[in-house]
Amino acid sequence: MATTVETPPTGQRESRPAPPGTGRRMRSSYPYWFYLPAAAVYTALFLLPTLAAFFFSLTRWTLFEYEFIGFDNFVQFFREPALVKGLTNTLIYAVVTCGLKVVLGLLLAVLLTSRVIGRGFLRSVVFFPVLVSTIGVGITFTVLMHPSEGAINQVLSLVGVDGPAWLTDPSWALLSVAFVDVWKGVGLATVIYIAGVVSIPREYYEAAEVDGASALQRFRHVTLPLARPATVTVIILSLIGGLRSFDLIWAMTGGGPGFTSDVIASVIYKQYQAGFYGLSTAGNVVLFLLVSAIVVPLFWFLNRREAEA
Amino acid sequence: MELPVRGISPRPSHAVTALVALTTVSLGLAACSPGSLGSSGDGDGITLSYLVPNGAEDVALAEQLAEDFSAANPDIAIEVETRPGGGDGDNVVKTRLATGEMTDVFLYNTGSLFQAINPDRNLVPVTGEEWVDAVDDSFLPTVSAGDDVYGAPVGSAMGGGVLYNRTVYAELGLEVPRTWDEFMANNAAIAEAGTTPVIQTYADTWTSQLFVLGDFHNVAAAEPDFAESYTDNGAKYATSPAALRGFEHLQEVAEAGYLNDDFASASYEDGLRMVAEGAGAHYPMLTNAISPMVDAVPDAAEDVGFFALPGDDEASNGLTMWTPGGVYVPTTTEGEKREAALRFLAFVASPEGCASQSTGQTPSGPYLVADCELPADAPTAVSDIQSYFDSGAVSPALEFLSPIKGPALEQITVEVGSGIRTAVSGAELYDEDVEKQAQQLGLEGW
Amino acid sequence: MRTRRPNPWLSGVAILAFTVVFVLPFVFVLFTAAKGQQEAALLEFSPPTEWRIVENLRAVIEARDYLLVIAFINSVVLTVASVTLMVVLASMAAFVLQRRRSRLTGPVNLLVLSGLIIPPAVVPTIWVLQGLGIFKTLLGLILVEVAFHLSFCVLLFRAFLATVPRELDESAVIDGAGPIRLFFRVVLPLLRPVTVTVIVVQSVGVFNDFVNPLYFLPGEENATVQLTLFNFQSQFETQYNLLFMDILLITIPPLVMFLFFNRQIVAGMTSGAIKG
Repeated sequence: MATTVETPPTGQRESRPAPPGTGRRMRSSYPYWFYLPAAAVYTALFLLPTLAAFFFSLTRWTLFEYEFIGFDNFVQFFREPALVKGLTNTLIYAVVTCGLKVVLGLLLAVLLTSRVIGRGFLRSVVFFPVLVSTIGVGITFTVLMHPSEGAINQVLSLVGVDGPAWLTDPSWALLSVAFVDVWKGVGLATVIYIAGVVSIPREYYEAAEVDGASALQRFRHVTLPLARPATVTVIILSLIGGLRSFDLIWAMTGGGPGFTSDVIASVIYKQYQAGFYGLSTAGNVVLFLLVSAIVVPLFWFLNRREAEA
Repeated sequence: MELPVRGISPRPSHAVTALVALTTVSLGLAACSPGSLGSSGDGDGITLSYLVPNGAEDVALAEQLAEDFSAANPDIAIEVETRPGGGDGDNVVKTRLATGEMTDVFLYNTGSLFQAINPDRNLVPVTGEEWVDAVDDSFLPTVSAGDDVYGAPVGSAMGGGVLYNRTVYAELGLEVPRTWDEFMANNAAIAEAGTTPVIQTYADTWTSQLFVLGDFHNVAAAEPDFAESYTDNGAKYATSPAALRGFEHLQEVAEAGYLNDDFASASYEDGLRMVAEGAGAHYPMLTNAISPMVDAVPDAAEDVGFFALPGDDEASNGLTMWTPGGVYVPTTTEGEKREAALRFLAFVASPEGCASQSTGQTPSGPYLVADCELPADAPTAVSDIQSYFDSGAVSPALEFLSPIKGPALEQITVEVGSGIRTAVSGAELYDEDVEKQAQQLGLEGW
Repeated sequence: MRTRRPNPWLSGVAILAFTVVFVLPFVFVLFTAAKGQQEAALLEFSPPTEWRIVENLRAVIEARDYLLVIAFINSVVLTVASVTLMVVLASMAAFVLQRRRSRLTGPVNLLVLSGLIIPPAVVPTIWVLQGLGIFKTLLGLILVEVAFHLSFCVLLFRAFLATVPRELDESAVIDGAGPIRLFFRVVLPLLRPVTVTVIVVQSVGVFNDFVNPLYFLPGEENATVQLTLFNFQSQFETQYNLLFMDILLITIPPLVMFLFFNRQIVAGMTSGAIKG
């Protein structure tokens, strides 16, 4: 979900700083105590527990008692047999879902901003899955993707295609879940892109048309570059979501068959389930560092490119 | 039950309300927290909350016990509350114990999982209670820590072995196998006749572990001190030939093509149906599966039998046994509620309690309480288990002898059974998993 | 740009494809929810031979002592209260964060980002709730949801605030408005589009959340709707018809909200996310 909106304002704020002379008189209109209510809730129920959890990642913790063991949990987490697989899967999952959401989101947005019959209906149905419970979607698609009785393979067999055993074939399981993730999430990407495409001034298209640009060229040279802020938003959003993704995978495959569709978040969850609380908090710290290590530089890079452009 | 509706807060008419209005709403909420929405106990009597896993069988059993107990003790009502089963449920139980928010009584596993909830800190000991003497000696150690006993058995003992379709056996003139070779010969004959010899159901991953866990009687027969050495970081699954057999058996049946075609996507319930209806001949399973199986296919009471997983040696053929779950009282239950809770435990561990349980659920094996009789119409498979108990050829499963049980076994056995991993590699991976768990438990010598 | 006429061919294909991909799964849910138990267990994509919507509906609602009704009440209260709090707290914080650049800005931004990335810790959070005496109360869960979703809201509001000209603040201040009046009377009403976005996205998040209620609001009488799904799934192991009826029922509130806010969702995204 998150960050939808991070990018554009940053660029804007840099390029258009607050008018000078807003000075002291203005400042008093933005009192720090406005932070207070939010800060109180956030500190008490998020920051404090998080700090406690960081401490417990250095302990062997049964919930009832703990013993300080330094970095052993981290050593153990990195020796976790499923970790390497989980790491690769996490990256594959994040890249596949993120990539498909960007491409499909943009294409759908272009379609849905063009003059097409039933536009309202189409926009609605694309967005609706975003609103539906992940668990409900997981259950529904687990049934639809059943290898022999599921509707998807039965339809495929009507046209003579032998569908794969989506969720139970080791080479398909992860991708199948990723497809469902895209199905559920592409609506949000589309809406963001629609917003981006709508906000492109018509003059650009008119100018391009006067220059004799074809539809494809207009897409490449007008839509694509000018929808860039939307692209950044979609990428950041779906990448964080993909890297942390857990509920859908857990609801559909539980990381299986075997360990073949495990991602880091599900590896961590399994440690938690097994009662290895210290170990699982250590895993959370690792996941946090990993997400930051990927998202923060990317964020910076995308913003910089934008500033130059 | 009444359906109070006053809990619905006035919905803010405008999404963006002033802070004042908001504070009012929140205070209003605090006043009628959802606690007041539930069905409240009636009258002056005591109401005990009783937490059980949310499987249909467990809920039915709990509600039957609650009903019969209240009938015998009109001053006490029991309200059944459910939690998820499996690992999620373990966490719910631990979290609620650690934060002092457990229900008045609760149902939980025995053996290694029981040891992990710090009984001496969190539970009320029942050592001196009269009914404890009537509980079978095989059960008590699995709910004891230090010198104290903490739980009463809910449900009957279970065997881990093979549910088999007797009609298939009769048609092909097969006999119950007493060695692994005989079992494989039967499989060959069954496959020849066009029936699926062995059912596996990996949509429910836990069902994949039976070949390994249910083989422990044979491990113990070959290496009597395995459990102890295993706990002390000596014996390993990959290096002990007897223990490795379980993984090898799984690989053998998979490689021989004896599994049902849809093993990867079939569910536990599919498996029960298949063995009950004769679509498959063998389903390695725990015998608490008998009750849901008979519910789904009534004829299975007659048609499905049970035998222990056979090993290499005919002479030592016998059953790996699981003790049932226990019902415990947390230390947070105090005063008259504690008295009432202890009375509930006494009822559970009495012949009346057993009778009540038999009403709520088809037993999966003998009760572990003196003077408890199995109902006369118990399914065939249940009497098959009883015969192992009668002859004394029974060993407890490893998880009742050692605190160590790696959490990833079910994924590993799915991989072995699906041909993703070999038996040896699976056993090695499991040894690593076990090592991690022992370290996380802080056991000595790891 | 010259107005182009709709391309009927493209439109037809689009409508067909969208229907197959996005509508049929819901039709499947509907069909299965209306079937008898045996028929539903086959998991076939076919209209029910006999429509049993009323029976199934009654079975699901009555199951476990009307648990679903209680769960609906709880979920609605939870969602409305926590989203309202989020809007107010986050918009206030974002207002100062966006308007007043100081040494605090960097650290606050960092804290907001961490809220997005760090997974919450369950047990220490329970300790805090117990310390405050609000564990196992709806209020406690409301505050937890607020804390966990605050970061996202702050980011949205901050981005949108950049589009609200400071000149407005100035003229309000010249008219003698103090900070509270300035914010609640002048600025907050202007945030309407992004507020709608926050409300839609967060209501869905809170309403569909099942992990937090599981841990922070235990107890049968405290169930929320997602937990009933969890219960139904194993309680009615083979009763797919009832399971899907439950899915159908808990999809209705998001659907209603969607129909209500449909137009404003894109509008909110446009102003909030893109124009910045």
